[in-house]
Amino acid sequence: MPPDLTTAPAAPRPAAPDHAPLLEIEGLKTHVDTPEGIVRAVDGAGFSVPRGKIVCLVGESGCGKSMTARSVLGLVEPPSRIVEGAIRWHRDGGESVDLAALDPRGEAMRAVRGREIAMVFQEPMAALSALHTIGDQVIEAIRLHLPLSREEAEERAVRLLTRVGIPRAAERLRSYSFQLSGGMCQRVMIAIALACDPALLIADEPTTALDVTTQARILDLLGDLQADTGMSVLFITHDLGVVAEIADEVVVMYLGTVVEHGPVDDIFHHPQHPYTRALLGSVPRLGTGPRQRLDTIRGTVPHPSERPEGCPFHPRCDVAVAGVCDRGEGPVEVALGASRGVRCVHAGAEGSAS
Amino acid sequence: MNDTPAAPLLDVRGLKVHFPVRRGPFGRVTGHVRAVDGVSLALRPGETLGLVGESGCGKTTLGRALARAVEPSAGRVLYDPGDGGDPWDVGALSRRGLRAYQRQVRVVFQDPFSSLNPRMTLLRIVGDPLKAHGLASGSELEDRVADMLTRVGLSSRYMRRYPHAFSGGERQRISIARALILGPRLVIADEPVSALDVSVRAQILNLLLELREQLNLTYLFISHDLSVVESVCDRVAVMYLGKVVETGPTSPLYAQPRHPYTEALLSAVPRPDPRLRGAGRRIRLADDLPDPARPPAGCSFHTRCQAAVDGVCDVPGRPPELAPAGEGRLTACHRATDLTLTGVPALGPAVEGA
Repeated sequence: MPPDLTTAPAAPRPAAPDHAPLLEIEGLKTHVDTPEGIVRAVDGAGFSVPRGKIVCLVGESGCGKSMTARSVLGLVEPPSRIVEGAIRWHRDGGESVDLAALDPRGEAMRAVRGREIAMVFQEPMAALSALHTIGDQVIEAIRLHLPLSREEAEERAVRLLTRVGIPRAAERLRSYSFQLSGGMCQRVMIAIALACDPALLIADEPTTALDVTTQARILDLLGDLQADTGMSVLFITHDLGVVAEIADEVVVMYLGTVVEHGPVDDIFHHPQHPYTRALLGSVPRLGTGPRQRLDTIRGTVPHPSERPEGCPFHPRCDVAVAGVCDRGEGPVEVALGASRGVRCVHAGAEGSAS
Repeated sequence: MNDTPAAPLLDVRGLKVHFPVRRGPFGRVTGHVRAVDGVSLALRPGETLGLVGESGCGKTTLGRALARAVEPSAGRVLYDPGDGGDPWDVGALSRRGLRAYQRQVRVVFQDPFSSLNPRMTLLRIVGDPLKAHGLASGSELEDRVADMLTRVGLSSRYMRRYPHAFSGGERQRISIARALILGPRLVIADEPVSALDVSVRAQILNLLLELREQLNLTYLFISHDLSVVESVCDRVAVMYLGKVVETGPTSPLYAQPRHPYTEALLSAVPRPDPRLRGAGRRIRLADDLPDPARPPAGCSFHTRCQAAVDGVCDVPGRPPELAPAGEGRLTACHRATDLTLTGVPALGPAVEGA
């Protein structure tokens, strides 16, 4: 059961009337220098996160989804670097900053990271310190950004922990992370992320390490918190079931580029990119019965350092056109409506438009 | 599926694996973690039995005990060698008998990155079991390794390479080749696809299905992923805190579970269709699994069960026993006869998007 809504940490953010997105990523290239050469981890990715929506960033390992998130937060460190592109952060008042151009260690970036944009990671046990109490860690996160006294911060910490579904929050302030289950640790991480009432929460595979029963409750919690606060969520996952449960919009990445994006129902019911279609076909669906052969995608995801020429998916694609898909820079994005785009030479050509 | 009550390949009776909990300077035993606490199961020849449950339920320990990788504390495991002779009592085997057993019962592990020795070539990794059992050497061994690699979809040209040169899916193929090289009759697969990407997961699942048909294998398929289990398994056993709480053929068990824990697990599985969001019954279990060193009195699930009744389900010394529940099914629930539980509506095979 979600806790009493009156314990929400702050008044709901007024629904922004402007339709400008909160976050706009354009032509982002984040590369990694390795002894074997440059790995183009993110290679011209672009998408936006609207206000008050949950956007899921999906893809298999090596598609650049985590690196994209780290680029937004200014957590890209050598040998990785942002080479090109813009990450536009549009504040409520209409003021905009390009996060890609900020010094990752500078004052301006530190004011954004953790305060305006917060993050939750995959391994809650590893992300929490085992040497400090839960209370100390939540209170530290609050006082880092808000001018509150220790007592005020402690009160706020109890409210936050209660809000994220931790029973007997006042007692739990004195607990250590190893005394809590994985699900409880993830709730603490979410409380820390929400400490300063962020406008955007980036959640990187937050339920992957959890049991399915716990995952369901954390997804419920994130959905409730989003609805209560009006924040936006960028949710990174490889699990299409989770995407279907929580997303408003979906961004599909493959080898560092966005191959398709759009509203969740369109992506699942009218997928346009061959990769999206193949990915959906390879997921077992509950209720289909035993001994089902699954559709597969031939081959494997190439290492990002061996990125094919042209469309990155063409060596595994059933509808690739020789001489078209296997050369040049790859297809440009074809817009199929205001919030829908596909990068494929076949886009829009096969009927079933969204 | 064979309805003939053929002699089970593996007959597990009251199996227990208890690990001592030691405390204090002298390592005094202060209690026992009851990882497996009285499991009775029959594995029929040619079937795939799925073993599901949350982490900590004892499914991996049960698999390891059946492979005789850990020593059971109590109970018996009877193995039918299929030669018309008496079943082997696996706990009482001589050293030679155990070697013969471990040739016929092989294990595939979850993590294809840590389960392969990085200093060994494919030839050694796959061929070593043959050598260790004195079954082949020299060019005959190479021929058999080459043949097995081809069977699992790898080129025999790779025989002299090391595991690091291979992707996760390819490494899992190597593990499967190593497990199958001795010509086993039973394969215990512990989360064989959990560490793999979606598109690769489907390839490995299909490979396991093909090999089952070609080589007449019986599988014990251990997984936390109920969608995967449904697509692969003929029958399913659900474990909770070291005990089997429900078993039955896959389709009826998924369509209408007979244990509230099975119902809760199924309702928590995210379904890859946004149109199903919010449809069906939503049951949310509390995050915390009880301590398996001190399982709750009576039915060990009663602390998290929505259908639990005081004075019935929590009576010390009165745990529910597995009892027939129709259609070849068994359930261990005090309230089995007066509950109507909701499962997953059948989708029918291969439903295309709307």
